[in-house]
Amino acid sequence: MKALKCRECGREYPLAATHVCEFDFGPLEVVYDYDRIKQSLNHSDIQSRPPTMWRYRELLPVAGDPTVGFEVGFTPLIKADQLARRLGVRELWVKNDAVNYPTLSFKDRVVSVALSRARELGFNTVACASTGNLANSVAANAAAAGLKAYVFIPADLEQGKVVNSLVYGAEVIGIKGHYDEVNRLCAEIAGKYGWAFVNVNMRPYYAEGSKSLGFEIIEQLGWRVPQHTVVPMASGSLLTKIQKSYQEFVKLGLAAESNYHIHGAQATGCAPISTAQKAGLDFFKPVKPNTIAKSLAIGTPADGFYALRVMKETAGSADDVSDDEVRDGIRLLAECEGIFAETAGGVTVGVAKKLIASGKIPANDSVVLCITGNGLKTLDAVAGHVGRTRDIKPSLREFESLLDAETRSTAQV
Amino acid sequence: MAAKVRIPTPLRKLTNNEELVEVSAGTVGGAIAELQSRYPGIQERLLDDTGAVRRFVNVYVNEEDIRFLENQQTPIKDGDEVSIIPAIAGG
Repeated sequence: MKALKCRECGREYPLAATHVCEFDFGPLEVVYDYDRIKQSLNHSDIQSRPPTMWRYRELLPVAGDPTVGFEVGFTPLIKADQLARRLGVRELWVKNDAVNYPTLSFKDRVVSVALSRARELGFNTVACASTGNLANSVAANAAAAGLKAYVFIPADLEQGKVVNSLVYGAEVIGIKGHYDEVNRLCAEIAGKYGWAFVNVNMRPYYAEGSKSLGFEIIEQLGWRVPQHTVVPMASGSLLTKIQKSYQEFVKLGLAAESNYHIHGAQATGCAPISTAQKAGLDFFKPVKPNTIAKSLAIGTPADGFYALRVMKETAGSADDVSDDEVRDGIRLLAECEGIFAETAGGVTVGVAKKLIASGKIPANDSVVLCITGNGLKTLDAVAGHVGRTRDIKPSLREFESLLDAETRSTAQV
Repeated sequence: MAAKVRIPTPLRKLTNNEELVEVSAGTVGGAIAELQSRYPGIQERLLDDTGAVRRFVNVYVNEEDIRFLENQQTPIKDGDEVSIIPAIAGG
């Protein structure tokens, strides 16, 4: 790490807990010494390290050794042949962060970086504004690291995500409003209290953690950049960091230069970025979210401008899907690949289906879907839509008559 | 008659660390102009070359984003609170 730098005007700042340019409020980003990293980082070095996100630590913004989340990352990249056939594309991979450690979402990546860096900067209390997954990860990783945690969430969040924050002993504050209102309040709280807010004043470090998802995809594909990557968008940050990870590996000679496209997925009930992309705009209009994909329900996406730019630069597309299509996407992934994703995963699968059907992702190409969270956390969204159990007495006769009746009704069809 | 403007941390150097500033203007745009006359330099931090609110600045009147209201023409009155807040990452 060399410095923090404003993405808008280029002004540089010291590597402190600060996230916006004092001049134009542009987001600050970590600057690395790539020439130095290039001399010391190669395939065999990386492969000799433990299979976690920290095998790319030169490209993650901590000064010393990481102290939080050693085991995070290196989740499976699955070749999804059955789903590929169903969607009508030659080659399909699923990057499965639904089984990330310890809290079953990609947020463990960003949190382990943010909390390791927060400790380096001397913080004892950490906090976040969250749509759920981030709250879970901050609560769990803070508990394990002996840090005090305050997490702020919309009060109407899925029960699974609320319990998953409370159980670790974090202070969980439900805000009566949607995520954008939680965010606004947290910006004010962060300005007043001296805490490490992972996605406010720690954001430059936090956001870099997402790059590890892209590094892993490249390594797991045999050091190549996929032709197409479909990424769910909330603030748009993950999508921009996937591009950055691809660019960095190419720049460092760890992956060959190639033509790739990064596509963004949103739910129709909260689609400010996808709406702008489809209209060919480079700015978005904020919206009031109304979707079952609550983890993506950010109506004022902070990285929306940059996400639009990435899609433009990589000739990628965006699209959005209805709540029913989200549920269909969850079921399709589960039935084809045995992976139960949360609603954001249903969004990603649903949008991939649309992009393949419309030819924006050509049938003969290779695609990676980023599945970022676990379906066990959003049961409410699909309960009642995935069939029902048939209850019988513990009697073989009852089972056989059930089977018989079903066979007969199937035969009639 | 006064509305209050809540000044975000990065701009408080310009307002002598004043966190809450009273303004008598009748619109958000007027309030920004009024701040500029009292704290020269603050306007260019909030508005771009075209006079639009910078894209990483969110402005709220009583907790509602002015992009859902009338942008800089949004009226403000006695007792209203205007917040200026940088955009934040996802969660």
